[in-house]
Amino acid sequence: MAEIFVENEKAYKRRRLISNIVTFGFLSLVAIGILIPFYWMILTSLKSIQEIESVPPILWLNFSDWKITNYTDLFLTVQSGERAGEPLFPFFTYMKNTVLISFLTTLGTIITTILAAFAFARLNFKGKDTLFAVLLATMMVPGEIFILTNFLTINQFGWYDILTQTYTEAVLAMTIPFMISVFYVFYLRQTFRKIPDELYFAAKVDGTSDFKYLLKIMIPIAMPTIVTIIILNSMGAWSAYIWPAMVTTQDKYRLVSNGLRGAFTDTTGRTDYGQQMAAATLVTVPLIILFFTFRKQIMRGVGRSGIKG
Amino acid sequence: MEKRNNLKAWLYLAPLLILMGIFIFYPLINAFYISILEEYRPLAPGGATATGYTLSNFARILNDELFWQAIKNTFVVAFISVPISILISLVIAVSLNSIPKLKALYQTVFFLPYVTNAIAIGMAFAFMFHKDYGLINLMLSWLGIDPVNWVGNVATWWAQMGALLVYTIWGGLAFKILVFTSGLQNIDKQYYDAAKIDSASKWTVFRRITVPLLSPFILYISITSMIGALKAYRTVIGLFGERLGAQQNSMITIVAYVYKYRSAYQDVSAISYAASAAIILFFITVVFSLIQGVVSRKRVHY
Repeated sequence: MAEIFVENEKAYKRRRLISNIVTFGFLSLVAIGILIPFYWMILTSLKSIQEIESVPPILWLNFSDWKITNYTDLFLTVQSGERAGEPLFPFFTYMKNTVLISFLTTLGTIITTILAAFAFARLNFKGKDTLFAVLLATMMVPGEIFILTNFLTINQFGWYDILTQTYTEAVLAMTIPFMISVFYVFYLRQTFRKIPDELYFAAKVDGTSDFKYLLKIMIPIAMPTIVTIIILNSMGAWSAYIWPAMVTTQDKYRLVSNGLRGAFTDTTGRTDYGQQMAAATLVTVPLIILFFTFRKQIMRGVGRSGIKG
Repeated sequence: MEKRNNLKAWLYLAPLLILMGIFIFYPLINAFYISILEEYRPLAPGGATATGYTLSNFARILNDELFWQAIKNTFVVAFISVPISILISLVIAVSLNSIPKLKALYQTVFFLPYVTNAIAIGMAFAFMFHKDYGLINLMLSWLGIDPVNWVGNVATWWAQMGALLVYTIWGGLAFKILVFTSGLQNIDKQYYDAAKIDSASKWTVFRRITVPLLSPFILYISITSMIGALKAYRTVIGLFGERLGAQQNSMITIVAYVYKYRSAYQDVSAISYAASAAIILFFITVVFSLIQGVVSRKRVHY
């Protein structure tokens, strides 16, 4: 009996070793597949035109062969055409706009979210459940439906005028419509609801007002969730593409995604891949840095959205 | 116990509800309204004008070959990329769950596509798929396969679609893997212990334990990723630019079709066509969600 057990144990160990090798092999293969586009982007951005156009493609560049000209060229001034006098890829202008839009949108979103989540989690009012269900239902509707009218609304507010649009108007148009997130209200409400009722009643006995209770007790307790919301929301401006292009009249009001496509193809249809990849790298790097700095919060927040409340 | 405090509650809700009223509820209703307006000019000098009500906007969309091209492209993207990426991410999540070490490292790598800019990485993919200078054709040549023109001017429809699908699947894995791994952590270990005692094979365990217990997550992911795939747009812009394909509009999607009218808002009825197309998209997503909901009632194990 004991011998059979030992035999089984050996076989089991061998089987587990093999399955571990297969698992690690598979995961590593996928990981390489995930990383290749990043590698290819950065590698291409460091090549000269000759290297880019070599057949078969060059897969590795020694450090001493790296060229930064593709990056420096992005900041050279355009000589002619409608964008004459501006840098080829006005990265810093786009970055400044993106950071500003990101900051203002997030600030607005966090205020509306905290107040609404407090009402849904803590206060009692008529029609609460119905209202909450209606809000959740709007998450199903594709945003393309809203965007048409919203563009007209922005027009009516006077924020979009081909000739006279100011920077402030462009910023308002890009931020105000996005200071709403039903999902974050839902997410924060879940956190708020976990705070024990006793705390609230104790505060009430002490004569603390609702607003002060929210400010001094609930927000500090829910801080991890709020930080997650702030980080996830700030990343949104980096991928915003269609709306900023629609509601701004000038290139210099736009965001990073807008400048990327098209800027590196000349009138003959020839694309400068080196410059294109350099710009793509410049846009990607801040996001990756943000990700590695707040990896835990980001992955927890995104993961949470997949778990049904 | 707690008394109702209607006025105060509505005050707290006011900022959110006012903004939602202006930018979500009103536009939603208005989209339906402008889709049935005849000869609508929203930006006419002196105020918006229309001559009456009509269903011809929908008729025009449904008679537009380009719209059907958009429907075809969108459906092919959705029906191929969604099942494949769900299957791949399930296998990845299960593999991740079975390794004791380096799990966090792999998870971090797999999550990277989620935090990148869809346009920037789309451009990187476009260059990877370049006929002469691209990595993909080089790798195919190692396998003895002739170079394919994926995204060049004369690329075939399937070649372009292939590139778009690879990019879509690559970009869609991160979220699914994360959701499935967190789902797996909620499964009670005793099921697996029982399977081990019965010396069940890995495949049996996957089919009989993992998939049924993960089914609520799989349902959630299939609905959200189906809706997401039906709204494909930035992947196309990233890969092909504003031309929306290797040939003009060859990879156009429904959302791209809606946006096609954006530069023509001054024109008569342009916004009504866009609204009609957006409403059709809305109903398509609703129908898919309902179908998946009905299927789930029979199959999902809670």
